[in-house]
This record gives sequence, C-alpha cells and structure tokens, in this order.
Amino acid sequence: MFLRYIVVYEVDKVLELRALTKHYPNHHALKGISFSLTQGEFFSLVGPSGCGKTTTLRLIGGFEEPTSGEITLAGRPVAGLPPYRREVSTVFQNYALFPHLTVAQNVAFGLERRNGVTRSTIRNRVEQALALVQLSGKEARKPNQISGGERQRVALARSLVVEPKVLLLDEPLSALDPKLRKQMRQELKSLQRRVGIAFLFITHDQEEALSLSDRIAVMNQGSIEQIGKPRELYQEPTSRFVAEFLGEVNWVNGAGIRPEAIRVSKENPANGARSVAGVVESSTFLGNVTHLAARLPNGANCTAQLPLNGCTFELGEPVHLWWDASDELRVSA
Amino acid sequence: MKRFLALYAGAAYLFLYAPLFVLGVFSFNASKIAAWRGFTCNWYAKVFHDPALLDGTMNSLTIALVATIVSTIIGTLAGYALWKKRLPWLTNSLYLSLLTPEIVTGISLLAFFEWAFHFLHVQLGMHTVILAHISFSLAYVVIVILARLRTLDPALEEAALDLGANEWEVFRRITVPLLLPGIIAAALLCFTVSFDDYVITSLVAGVNSETLPMIIYAMARKGVSPEVNALSVMITMGLGVFILVAGRLEQRA
Repeated sequence: MFLRYIVVYEVDKVLELRALTKHYPNHHALKGISFSLTQGEFFSLVGPSGCGKTTTLRLIGGFEEPTSGEITLAGRPVAGLPPYRREVSTVFQNYALFPHLTVAQNVAFGLERRNGVTRSTIRNRVEQALALVQLSGKEARKPNQISGGERQRVALARSLVVEPKVLLLDEPLSALDPKLRKQMRQELKSLQRRVGIAFLFITHDQEEALSLSDRIAVMNQGSIEQIGKPRELYQEPTSRFVAEFLGEVNWVNGAGIRPEAIRVSKENPANGARSVAGVVESSTFLGNVTHLAARLPNGANCTAQLPLNGCTFELGEPVHLWWDASDELRVSA
Repeated sequence: MKRFLALYAGAAYLFLYAPLFVLGVFSFNASKIAAWRGFTCNWYAKVFHDPALLDGTMNSLTIALVATIVSTIIGTLAGYALWKKRLPWLTNSLYLSLLTPEIVTGISLLAFFEWAFHFLHVQLGMHTVILAHISFSLAYVVIVILARLRTLDPALEEAALDLGANEWEVFRRITVPLLLPGIIAAALLCFTVSFDDYVITSLVAGVNSETLPMIIYAMARKGVSPEVNALSVMITMGLGVFILVAGRLEQRA
C-alpha cells in the first residue's frame, strides 16, 4: 500500500513554510520561520521547550492559523483549511488514541471518514498497516490493554494509513522509557524508509534528532538558528546556541572544541597543534569512555573525552590539552 | 480503630436507611395505625385501584421522562459549548440557578408564565410543569457534563479532526461516546429531581396536571396512610433498580 505511494509533484517541496509568524497577546511564539521538506525526507525540528516547535506543528496541522506567512502543501497554500481538509496527519505526544475504540477501529477511523472507500478496502488497509508496525493479532484490544510501545505503533499506523503528504510527529518517543525509546528510534527510521513519506519530527532530544534525521532545523525563541544535515550542524555550527544545543563544547580563547577532539598528554606535544595547560580536576569513568575535566589557568574548565585506556592521569596532575586547529568550531556569536 | 470505623459506617447507614426500613415494614401492616397488627399486602393492591394515585403516577412519569430527555440533550450541548469556548462567567452563573431557593424559582416561573399567557392564550397545565422542570434541571445536567468534559483530553478531538473527521463527526463519534457515562448520570439525576419535585410543581401545575408528590402530600396531610407507605416503597425499589441498571451500563461504556 505504502510502497505504491509514489507521486511526482510539480515542485519537489512537499511542504514549505515561508516567513511564518504567530503572535499571541503577550508572546511572539514564532518570529518568521521558513523551511521546506522534500518528498521522503526525515526532517527534525529541535529546540528547548518553548522555542516554538509545537506551535509550528499546530500551524501546519491547521489547529491554529498563523499571524502572517504562508504554508504550502504539495504546492498548494493551506491557509483557512480546517485540519480535516489538510493532507497531513499527526502523531501526538501522548498518542491520543480513542479509548473507546479497538486498535483496528482506531486505525480505520481516518479511512472511514473518506467517501467511496469500501468496507473490504478498509479492512485490507488496516490489516496491512498493523502488519507494517508489527501489531497483527492485537486488532481487538482496547488502547488500555496494550503496552506503551504498542500504543505508539497504533498511533503511527493510524496516521500512516490515511497516506498523508507529510507525517507530523510531536515528541512521539518522549513518553517511552529510555530503553524502549532507543529501540523505537530504529523502528521509526526503518518505517520511514519503507513508506517513503516525509516525516516532520519534533524533539528536544539532540541525540534523537542527530541519529534519525536527513536534515535538522535548530529553533530558539521563535526563530530558526540553523538548518542542515546532522554532521554539518554538529561540526560547523554557525552559532554558539547550535553548538551547545547539539552536544558539549569547551570554549577556549573564543574557539569551541568538542570534548572528543581534545587529546591529553603530560608533555606539551609541540607538533603544531593548539594546546593549553591545565590541572586534572576530575575524571569520570563512563564505561566505554572517560570524561576528564581539567582546570585552565584562567579558571575555566575544559572537558576531554578519552578512550577506554586513554586516561592514566592523577587528580591534581599538570597536563597539556591539545587539538587540531581544524577541529575548532568557528561560530559568529 | 478499624472496628470503630466499621461501627461509624454502620451508624451512618442506619441513620440513612432506618426510616426507609420502618416505612417498608409498615407498608405490610394490617392496621392503619402505627402498631403492628399482622402481615398484609392489601395496601399494595389498593394503590393499583386508586385512580387518583394512578393518574398522579402517570403524570409524574410523563413529566419526568419528557423533562429528562429535553434537558439532557440541551444541557449536554450547552455544557459542551461552555467547555469549548471557556466562558467562566456563564459557567459560574449555573451555580446561581442551583442555589436559588426552590420557592423563588417557583414564584418566578409562575410570574413568567402568567406574563407569557397574556400573549399566548394558554393556561397552566402539564406543559408548564414540563417547561419548569426542564428549566430547573438544566443546571444539574450542565454541571455533571462539565465535570466529565474536564477529564477529556482535548488532543482526542484534535486527533479525530486530523484524521479527516469534521466537527460534527468528531462530536458524534468521539465526544459523545466518551461522555456517555456523564450523560447517563445527568439523565438519572434529572429524572430523580423532576420526579420528586413538589414546591415548584405545585406552583405551576394547573388542572389535570397533579403529580404524585402533590397527591401524596395531600394524602399525608390527612394522616399517614399505609397506602402511601406502599407506594413509597414501590418508588424506592423502582429507582433502585433503575440506578443499578444505569451503573451496569456505565461500567460497560
């Protein structure tokens, strides 16, 4: 069913947001954001809570109207269309499964709202959708009779079965326990590849965004700070905010260095690398790696991430921290 | 402590149900006075041969049924609107309707009907009683429905809209089924409040619209008759069965 979903649009932007703003009486939630998704792309919107990412999703879904700006879906503006006329569907944070309906009835709900879909078609497509998320055999259960992970898969099946142009996901993994979350991350990615539908994924978890996305937009206080591929954003952040949001950074003399780019030795390497002297303040064993924190002469702390057998330093020992100049993050502000 | 609590609960139930028990016992008493003179079912038989009581019961049931259906529908819709639009002033004003003494409600309804009759050329009767009952039971329905709505996750309605259901389909397929226990509870409350109302009813009732409470009140003023005891036991049993059935329905929903 989903594999047949190959439509060529005149424009390959399946969803486009142009200069979108949303003002509330006391609050400017969005200050003009623009981005677009191409067919089959996994695009993440990340940022701290209150940065406007959920508002963006609600504007696309049609639950609220923007103050200004435009949203187009497959080339057509959607302004003024109610949610039930927009070809997007949402996986809500707490899934919002209908508690009085069975798993199969939940998944069938969207198809039953369409004209001209026969009962047998609905039955077949519900069956396929549940097979896709590995829930065959749970059709007759009610949402309160299945586990959290299963509920999430029902929500995915329910939204995918209506073949949206874009699937919107509002922190869908945040309600799961950490172990299950990692497992569902893999499933989500492989599911997205199989169905080929563009996913707009919202999260405040940078690891989730980095591991799942084709592209990421980092949001802060109602604006987009930077858009790019995960590796680009991590290695070439244009702002301090992006650099710090996507991972740990040490700021030494105005340059940012990721902990894993820092080497530590007893003597000054004198190999042309940038270096700074410090005193070992703490070392934290984390299994596969050790985090070593050193105090610099100016009082700042610098963290290095060392491989398993790379840390042989005593507390209070003077060391040299060094790195390649090419590993420095050059940010504007 | 545990024994004390059990004793306390027992005393509370005794306080609640002892009068009903006495009523039940005396409805089987062969004598008219409050002293035991042997067992009889005559009073029950007599109820069914008393045309005034039968008429009153029919009137009360008709009024309660119509008033319950109408005010449950209007009240559910009103509650839904108040919840959707978040109108604290209108919501709070409902409590005014609940707190108004019945005698004031009754007099105001009577004054209203008298005024309206100048234009409409009708008289007090069943219709005025039904309108009055709808009027005072509406607030109960809205409050029960609002309490239930507050437990409803707004994301459920959004999810349904998102999947292609229009507002009417969302209401019919998602909201109403989820509200059903509240709607049943509201209807039950409405039926009971309507069935036993005396003060307001007696003010707005006309000829041929005497309800059961009005007839019982009139009979009781002439002294407690075992016939009234028998009737009261039957009403209590009837409502008890009604509530048990509704409870079962609610559990299944």
